[in-house]
Amino acid sequence: MSLIGRLAPQLIALVALVALVTAVFPGFLDISLSDGRLVGPVIDVLKRGAPVALLAVGMTLVIATRGIDLSVGATMAICGAVAAHAIASGWGLAAALALALGAGGLAGLWNGVLVAVVGIQPFVATLILMTMGRGIAQLITEGRILTFTDPGFAFFGSGNLLGLPVPAWLWLATGATVALLMRRSALGLLVEAIGVNRRASALAGVNATVLLIAVYVAAGVCAALAGIVVTADIRGADANNAGLWLELDAILAVVIGGNSLLGGRFSIAASLIGALIIQTIDTGILLAGYPSEYNLVIKAGLVLVILVLQSPRISARYRLWRDSRRLGREVRAAGGGRP
Amino acid sequence: MIRARMLPLGVTIAIFLVAWLLCWLQFPNILSTRVIGNLLTDNAYLGIVAVGMTLVILSGGIDLSVGSVIAFSGVFIAVTLRDTALHPLLVFALLLAITTGFGAAMGLLIDRLAMPAFIVTLAGMFLARGAAYMLSIDSVPIQHPFYKSLQSAYWLMPGKGRLTLIGVLMLLAVLAGMVIAHKTRFGASIYALGGGEATARLMGVRQGRTIMLVYAFSGLMAGLSGIVFSVYTGSGYSLSTVGTELTAIAAVVIGGTLLSGGAGHVFGTLVGVLTMGLIQTYIVFDGSLSSWWTKIVIGILLLVFILLQKALMRLSQSRLAQAGDPP
Repeated sequence: MSLIGRLAPQLIALVALVALVTAVFPGFLDISLSDGRLVGPVIDVLKRGAPVALLAVGMTLVIATRGIDLSVGATMAICGAVAAHAIASGWGLAAALALALGAGGLAGLWNGVLVAVVGIQPFVATLILMTMGRGIAQLITEGRILTFTDPGFAFFGSGNLLGLPVPAWLWLATGATVALLMRRSALGLLVEAIGVNRRASALAGVNATVLLIAVYVAAGVCAALAGIVVTADIRGADANNAGLWLELDAILAVVIGGNSLLGGRFSIAASLIGALIIQTIDTGILLAGYPSEYNLVIKAGLVLVILVLQSPRISARYRLWRDSRRLGREVRAAGGGRP
Repeated sequence: MIRARMLPLGVTIAIFLVAWLLCWLQFPNILSTRVIGNLLTDNAYLGIVAVGMTLVILSGGIDLSVGSVIAFSGVFIAVTLRDTALHPLLVFALLLAITTGFGAAMGLLIDRLAMPAFIVTLAGMFLARGAAYMLSIDSVPIQHPFYKSLQSAYWLMPGKGRLTLIGVLMLLAVLAGMVIAHKTRFGASIYALGGGEATARLMGVRQGRTIMLVYAFSGLMAGLSGIVFSVYTGSGYSLSTVGTELTAIAAVVIGGTLLSGGAGHVFGTLVGVLTMGLIQTYIVFDGSLSSWWTKIVIGILLLVFILLQKALMRLSQSRLAQAGDPP
């Protein structure tokens, strides 16, 4: 029940958005079965939203510790390049997946050590990999777009399982696993404790350093999954454009999910709905026939609205205004009783 | 203390000189005025926008919108010159007013909402890029005769190097930034704010006004940089200068400015920009190295400087802790 209450604003926003898109483009909710798989705009949203949704899972944890990870887009490019290189060299599917996930974990470890051990602000620490990452990815692909024709690997981008596209299964499974891991154990609480006050949580016995590193590693592995999906979808690794600007979309998804950029309480389900909202806007604008140029302006407006809602100063003013009104009413009620 | 504060700037200049020396040993031509002139011209737009970024970072903030604002400026100028008969100078004035106002609005939001500058300017980045897309998604050439004269305005240095108008404009912007940051009351307010908001308020710094003005200045510099970029490329394209904000931040950090604010020099930023330009020039001279090495080397430099700053902070903190009694 409390989960529904927490997710209510995001769910209402998503439903309103879907209604709006359906009003402009009536076929939006059509789903049909062809060749044993579901097709339709909604399924397309579930599939195309996969990279941002995967990134949002890791980003939620990082933001809950009061951090930020700007390097996930570049990490996607690195992991995609590693996977494509492994496939093109004929090392096999298992090796390609393992190497890509390992590269993502390594990227996360690098960020985590810089943040937790060296003590650099997360924004700055992850900026280094963001600048360098595409260079490293280009180093692996040697500046070309590495293409491959391995049906086993392409399955992760364009395959189908039980009617749904594989990328959709991937983000659903990742989100569910991480959410269960966080909420069925004390991990989630400990992560929140670090975000609220790292020093206090360390004094209370939380191993903040190890946990912080683990959170960045998780973000790196999520980025690796997203990189695999994107690379498998186009059957090629594009070091320049894979995951370009997706770190911003992922942050936006987390913020739309009602998670505070100032750390603390988090909800992975809300972030995933945030990712769906972003993808519905993207797809909706295309389907409704508007030029995709409007996309960025709408996103900017969305960020502004969320900023106003999250602002500590505005909420303090609102509380002051509400309390003073209530006080005024009580005073008036008390005064009216006297002759 | 003063020596510790000057150390990053010293290291920046030393690295630049050593890098130049290494390049010179391999390619003696790199010391010619032609290369120097090109270095200034090619990095003019980056240098100008980095000056604005330096002031923002000194105040403890960050401005992610500048790359998009440069692209918007180029498209705005190109479309206005194509569709109206206005003189370019008038268009420039109009554009600078728009970008300065845009920066001021972001500064106002950052102060009033008490939200991180990072996320507010992220919205600004989306907005400016979206506005550029709405004006035109194609690359629009600029064919005004005034632009031809701007592009061919240069002073021939001895050794046939060309000191172009936009190169001089960058040096002037750096000079203006140095005067504002180091010689005015506004500059002192910026440093105070970057050092700590609470102390700055107690010192009598008008926080809201300073934050608004510093982002307005960054917007002005981004607009100016957009003008320079449009002169440099002779066109306006909404997809250009993607990621310039990151290059500018990297230049500021390599220039020895502390990313958490409060310490640094505008002159260091110029050296940072030139260092990055030198890496690119070296790669062009070498011919066998690929362009992606630029990104990797800049990333390594960034890491070195951030670690250096971290070490300096630790050093000065432990010194403060030791010096319990005044000597």
